[in-house]
Amino acid sequence: MFDSLANALGSAYRSIVGQKVLTEKNVDEGIRSVRQALLEADVNFQVAKEFIADVKQRALGQDVLTAVDPGQQFVKVFHDALTALLGGQTTGLPVTDNPPLILMMCGLQGSGKTTTCAKLALWLRKNKKKNPLLVAADLQRPAAVEQLQSLGKQLGIAVYAEPVTARPPEVCRRGIEHAHKFQHDVVILDTAGRLHIDELLMQELQEVQARCKPHGVLLLCDSMLGQDAVNSAKEFHSRLPLHGLILTKVDGDARGGAALSIVKVTGRPILFAGTGEKPDDLEEFDPSRMAGRILGMGDVVGLVEKAQSVIDEKEAEAQAKKLQKGQFTFEDFLSQLNMIRKLGPLKKVLGMLPGVGQMLKDVDLDDAHFKRIEAIILSMSPRERRNPEVIDTPRRRRIALGSGNQLEAVHGLIKQFKMMQDMMKKLGKGGGFGPGGMGDLEGMLGMGKKGGPQSGMGGMGGRGFPGGRGGFPGGRRF
Amino acid sequence: MVFGKLRAALKKTREVLTRGLSRLFSLGRKLDATFLDELEHVLYQSDLGPLGTRLVEELKAAYARREIAEVAQVPAFLRAMLLRRLEGAAAPLAKTTPGPTVILIVGVNGSGKTTSIAKLANHLKQQGHKVMLGAGDTFRAAAVEQLSLWADRLGIPIIKQGPGADTAAVAYDAVAAAIARKVDYLLLDTAGRLHTQKNLMEELKKIVRVVQKQLPSAPHETLLVLDATTGQNAIRQASEFSKAAPVTGLILAKMDGTAKGGAVFGIREVLPVPVKFLGVGEGMDDLEPFNPEHYVDAILSFDKIEPA
Repeated sequence: MFDSLANALGSAYRSIVGQKVLTEKNVDEGIRSVRQALLEADVNFQVAKEFIADVKQRALGQDVLTAVDPGQQFVKVFHDALTALLGGQTTGLPVTDNPPLILMMCGLQGSGKTTTCAKLALWLRKNKKKNPLLVAADLQRPAAVEQLQSLGKQLGIAVYAEPVTARPPEVCRRGIEHAHKFQHDVVILDTAGRLHIDELLMQELQEVQARCKPHGVLLLCDSMLGQDAVNSAKEFHSRLPLHGLILTKVDGDARGGAALSIVKVTGRPILFAGTGEKPDDLEEFDPSRMAGRILGMGDVVGLVEKAQSVIDEKEAEAQAKKLQKGQFTFEDFLSQLNMIRKLGPLKKVLGMLPGVGQMLKDVDLDDAHFKRIEAIILSMSPRERRNPEVIDTPRRRRIALGSGNQLEAVHGLIKQFKMMQDMMKKLGKGGGFGPGGMGDLEGMLGMGKKGGPQSGMGGMGGRGFPGGRGGFPGGRRF
Repeated sequence: MVFGKLRAALKKTREVLTRGLSRLFSLGRKLDATFLDELEHVLYQSDLGPLGTRLVEELKAAYARREIAEVAQVPAFLRAMLLRRLEGAAAPLAKTTPGPTVILIVGVNGSGKTTSIAKLANHLKQQGHKVMLGAGDTFRAAAVEQLSLWADRLGIPIIKQGPGADTAAVAYDAVAAAIARKVDYLLLDTAGRLHTQKNLMEELKKIVRVVQKQLPSAPHETLLVLDATTGQNAIRQASEFSKAAPVTGLILAKMDGTAKGGAVFGIREVLPVPVKFLGVGEGMDDLEPFNPEHYVDAILSFDKIEPA
């Protein structure tokens, strides 16, 4: 029930799969379950509502590629809307010509400020060759100063600290002076966690901001936050000029729906994500990848995008029709093969399908087989390519010689081609470039798992196809 | 007196929250689709999750059965529905004789474990019990120092080892010391861990085993500390933690903000354990035994509780 977004998206997907175009009605059906999933993933009610409206508009406005499944198209539409909601582009930290760059961290208690301060300092040192200074301005929580000092010591990063009796704005100001004196080019102010409704402490934050004039105020957000995230983020944003957000505890299984809401209500982007317990578990945030994560999908999006960029849709459509009628020829097959090759190495392409990457770990895929098949087909005469029935044994022998293959290889290819034609006639639809087509192609190519006769990719539609069986051209089964 | 704290905390909540149910129930509202939509919205805002939709459905059904005719009857209806789901949710802390009663505190990072332990120690001490702390969070930098500072302030003993020590070893020592010194309650802290980290959940099992070696009946309570600002993921936390340790109750921390911790209702569907305490502030005294009625009123933001 709880791996909700991905599942719900799956059912949305199923409800519109097989539709030739996305109509308002089938989009509506899909969207209803998505809305529920969004709410279960802690997306704010209002934000979910607006988001759904956005998805719907995008979906209906899209020209759906005939060769690409509308279901997958919908996933892409959804993903694009989600990426936009997450801030679109990646945004970096602020810059200054006048160092030190001053960064101020703030957030609720337990959001991960102190740990993230240390992680960010380490990241800046590693990736930006900076010499950061951490300023321990959390004088509220017992031993917070010790925690920062201990992290600084562990990572070899300088920490400026004062006794807890000092006032945070003073400590921050003197910390910055210290940075000037010791040539630190970045200062990170670690402030105490506070509730957004704690008037005194919020005023104190404003005082720190007013006196230190940080180049960037960063709000820390726990990815497990619920509906209230919107209230606290709004309050912080109204008090302080936020530059961006840092999402923490992303390594849990929270769907991070609250993060969407925060980006939406503050209009500020997420800059970094904390992805683990180790000090270097901090990653620059990429809205598109995060959207993929939230949706629990592989990089289908990338695949669809790529397909869109390399596939001539009219041609793909014509081929699909021919396939269905059993008029599919070796010429069509060759052109389809070339389209796939344009997508990139086969293993990478298949790895973009959710779950498949994992299955392909032990599978040996060799793109050289494309070349072998191409050679065989190119050694046929145009008439043979269009009418495979005419290829008798003497012709096969000639083709084998011409393409530098064994006769068995030519037998194998023709046999499999015919089986594919038959299968396509039976299936009647879903040819061209859908998952089915891919699976059959995979059979054609004779992919098999190392040391096992059956490929683990049966689920993709290649099951039962005689690929793994009998030696394919070249005698090597792979 | 104790009630006053929650009142104060709720007062803050009310001052900020402008979209409470009380506004929804203003005079002249009709029980129509718009009302139900707004109601669902408000219920979701309390992190009730899918229960929000279910409650609205139940309300519709009650309307169809003519049990409910107008908006004015809705608050009482919802209140009853929510209270029914909290039956058995209030229970006192375990107490074994002879002692020590061992209480293991677990939770994800930043949920408020250490602070809750300090408050709980204070609460027990004020009731006249002899309390001891075990500094089992040996992972987070300065976590031991943080708990030690609390122990000093409260004037209670603490068992600790150096940073990076094995938590199970600390737990073993602490239980031995608690038996030897005849304390009533031993509160064992643990490092925050995300429930998705398999090895850390295994470590939790080990801590339980080691504690049981000394005292087979222990831990007498394993309390999962939940951050009230957490959303539906809290349900996952509860079910995963309860697989690694025998969770007997919850502490709902950070109830003094505007969050209500409504995920508790969802949690009770997968793990029907009592909510033992609410954390309602930053001070040592800001811990309250759970009272379902007050809690439900807070969820529904009724103005029944007047500011102190």
